[in-house]
Amino acid sequence: MMAPETNAPLLRISALTKRFGGFTALDNVNVDIRPGERFGLIGPNGSGKTTLINCISGAFRTEAGTVVFRDEDITRLAPHVRTRRGIARSFQIPRPFKSMTVAQNLMVALDFASGTGDFVPAAQRRDTLMSILTRMGLESKADVSATKLSQVELRKMELARAMATHPKLLISDEAMAGLSSSEVDEVLDLLMSLADQGITIIMIEHIMQAVMRFSDRMMCLDAGRIIAIGTPAEVMANQRVQEAYLGT
Amino acid sequence: MSRNSLFFWIGAIVFLAAALLMTQVIGNEYPFFACYVILQFIVLSVSWSILGGYAGYVNFGTSAFFGMGVYTAVFLFKVAGAPLAVQIAAAAAVGALMGFALGLLTMRMQGIFFSIATIALTIVIETSITNWRYIGGAAGIQMQRPPVMAPFNSYVQMLFFVQALLVVLAIGTSRYIQNSWMGHGLQALKDDELAAECTGVPTLRLKLLACVISGALMCAAGAPAAMYLQYADPSSAFNLNYSVTVLAMSLIGGTAHWAGPVVGAILLGTTQQLLTVTISSEINLLVLGVMLVLFVVAAPEGIIGLIRRVRHSRKEGEG
Repeated sequence: MMAPETNAPLLRISALTKRFGGFTALDNVNVDIRPGERFGLIGPNGSGKTTLINCISGAFRTEAGTVVFRDEDITRLAPHVRTRRGIARSFQIPRPFKSMTVAQNLMVALDFASGTGDFVPAAQRRDTLMSILTRMGLESKADVSATKLSQVELRKMELARAMATHPKLLISDEAMAGLSSSEVDEVLDLLMSLADQGITIIMIEHIMQAVMRFSDRMMCLDAGRIIAIGTPAEVMANQRVQEAYLGT
Repeated sequence: MSRNSLFFWIGAIVFLAAALLMTQVIGNEYPFFACYVILQFIVLSVSWSILGGYAGYVNFGTSAFFGMGVYTAVFLFKVAGAPLAVQIAAAAAVGALMGFALGLLTMRMQGIFFSIATIALTIVIETSITNWRYIGGAAGIQMQRPPVMAPFNSYVQMLFFVQALLVVLAIGTSRYIQNSWMGHGLQALKDDELAAECTGVPTLRLKLLACVISGALMCAAGAPAAMYLQYADPSSAFNLNYSVTVLAMSLIGGTAHWAGPVVGAILLGTTQQLLTVTISSEINLLVLGVMLVLFVVAAPEGIIGLIRRVRHSRKEGEG
């Protein structure tokens, strides 16, 4: 489906630093994400994984460094502009629009994320919406209030809403936290199928088996610094990763 | 959807026709005097809900916008003897600018901080007007009504009809927003601002737009009040009661639907008018307080929420 002809990265993070008062959450982070890559991001609690995601998606302003997405410097862009450029995310703790149904949640993305202002007929938008929901296995929940969903359904809805923005880069922030093992497999399969469609995915995850199975490449953060980056096997074999993350 | 719109606009035309007919048939001025106030509160509540209801930004500055409307009319009348239509249009423009300025200054604040900033705005503007001699200053200013235009017999009847037009304008705008992309975006940012932003919703721009539209309509609603009372003074034009009453009306009616503030304003406005005549105007505030407490406890989503809940449970009962 996709042909990465050039070696130009999809996302280039250069010398990124984020401080909260005197605390340095991210310290000079440099990483390139290639088009079509399945990128795993691991690290102990408080190591800066979600902070990094927030800097990429625009929720946080950074002190120093740049974020370049598809050859465009997006460091100073508002989050909604980044979404329109093709960066979508899910949240560690699901953040559905609670007053809406599942379908309406996705409709917000369809209404706003294209940003082109082109008029798309309602019937066609409904088709797009239903095809996304079907792919996520949520078609029967389309008209159910977002407050009535189970944990795994909420996770899927967040991914569906992110997909409805037609992203080129999808960031999944612990989409499997708190799920049963069969549910983890379900979500993992979903993310795999999205990756097969050519969407670049950054996955933050604590469930080691899942993130190892998923990733082409992995990166481990500790105290805001990259301590290892490479294939899953390389990263897991790294002495510092084992010390920092696995506690051995 | 379009059938709904058809019904809505037929309803609006019937309402305006009835209002016009009233002015031709009823000779007594009192009903118009009383109904004018109710209509005015419908416009204020509906406009308030565009920001306070759809976006969830509780604005305590209703009296600032209302008062600015009054004084825009006073100023234009004194300077140039501007006709009523010009007074209202100018007030709308002033309200839009004020909404824009308020939005720029405060929209990055959330929740209670925004609300406090809107109270501050009211006080700042009231103080400025109080110290502006040209338009009466603290003592207020008297105004002589110009001759009334046909087909109306008295100025109050005309003001009543003009306010009815503003009601249709405000409700039409609010209803359009609710059903449009803008309404969906506002609803999303009310639920979760960060999630909305990350779903592509330009939250700051939408909030600004809501603030501008809401401000323009509230200011426009205030403009005819100068001629209605033939008198204006800062402490009554900027009275905090407007803010509190409008808030109560919107919350009691329910803010999730455009009809909520309409129902709330009619219910509360009528009650207040009846009480003013039968008991005293002081009892108004007591009733307002009691009703607000009752609704916050028993029906936090207002009358509209109550109706929805009843319908919902009936549907489940059938299924």
